[in-house]
Amino acid sequence: MRGQEPRSTSSCAACKLLKRRCTPNCIFAPYFRSDEPKKFAKVHKVFGDSNVSKILIEVPEEERGDTVNSLAYEAEIRLRDPVYGCIGAIALLQRKMIQLQHDLALARACLAWYTSAIGSTDDDRVITEPFGGLSADCG
Amino acid sequence: MASSSSYNSPCAACKLLRRKCMPGCIFAPYFPPEEPQKFVNVHKIFGASNVTKLLNELLPHQREDAVNSLAYEAEARVRDPVYGCVGAITFLQRQVQRLQKELDAANADLIRYACNDISTSLPQAPGTRSFQPLTPRNRLAEFNRRNIDNEGGGFYQVPGALPYSFPWNDTSSGDINDGGGEGGM
Repeated sequence: MRGQEPRSTSSCAACKLLKRRCTPNCIFAPYFRSDEPKKFAKVHKVFGDSNVSKILIEVPEEERGDTVNSLAYEAEIRLRDPVYGCIGAIALLQRKMIQLQHDLALARACLAWYTSAIGSTDDDRVITEPFGGLSADCG
Repeated sequence: MASSSSYNSPCAACKLLRRKCMPGCIFAPYFPPEEPQKFVNVHKIFGASNVTKLLNELLPHQREDAVNSLAYEAEARVRDPVYGCVGAITFLQRQVQRLQKELDAANADLIRYACNDISTSLPQAPGTRSFQPLTPRNRLAEFNRRNIDNEGGGFYQVPGALPYSFPWNDTSSGDINDGGGEGGM
């Protein structure tokens, strides 16, 4: 590999992959730097350069950075999981959230019991635990 | 004009692409003609060619799920061209982080209360007290203070930037299963 670039201007990662001249107003250039070839390769494989170009043209310029990053993320996930892609990630997070909500409700119920039991006593704390001691239900 | 010998009507894909829907059309099982919008979205975002390649790489029994997930992602991207379904992932990650933080706090409180129960219910040997027992009123006050500091007893707002790093760079860090290495899932 030659260490020196023969061209006066370096092509963006998109134009390098597509083997075309990178024009000054290349729509990909600001978001697919030449030192990040994998980013565009993944986006190109999943969405195609034509579709990405159309999406970028449709969004305001100030939002194109976020658009490209979300496309890159989506492409990455799809390549890792070709069947479910981001939907698998969403399903996993939803399950996690439901589990945490359940655990939190349980913990708070135990805390509520503690605070009510504590509040009903003065100095001598005679607490009758409802679960037979420090069971798993109350941590 | 599309006509097929084995099918009554061409599938939605072949209708849109204006081609003959052959008996072995890879799209036909998943893009029925009565659901034209499904393929319109998928074609707009992913492209028929890319979808064909992806489906050909999968086993037949995986293709229906793949098409449905592609359709979902495509629809999300059409509705939100900037973030697509990644917006939903971001939201859920924040929720998970918030809930985990609240659960950790609640469990910490439980442990403290439980330890205080043990330490105060057992006879105290001189010089062996390892916990500083709270009076009942102080316990309640501290519990309420913690929840007030957390903005009303439960809704913890994650300020500022995203809690998880995204694989924006080529190092492909930030596996969602790792939660970006920070909060975790």
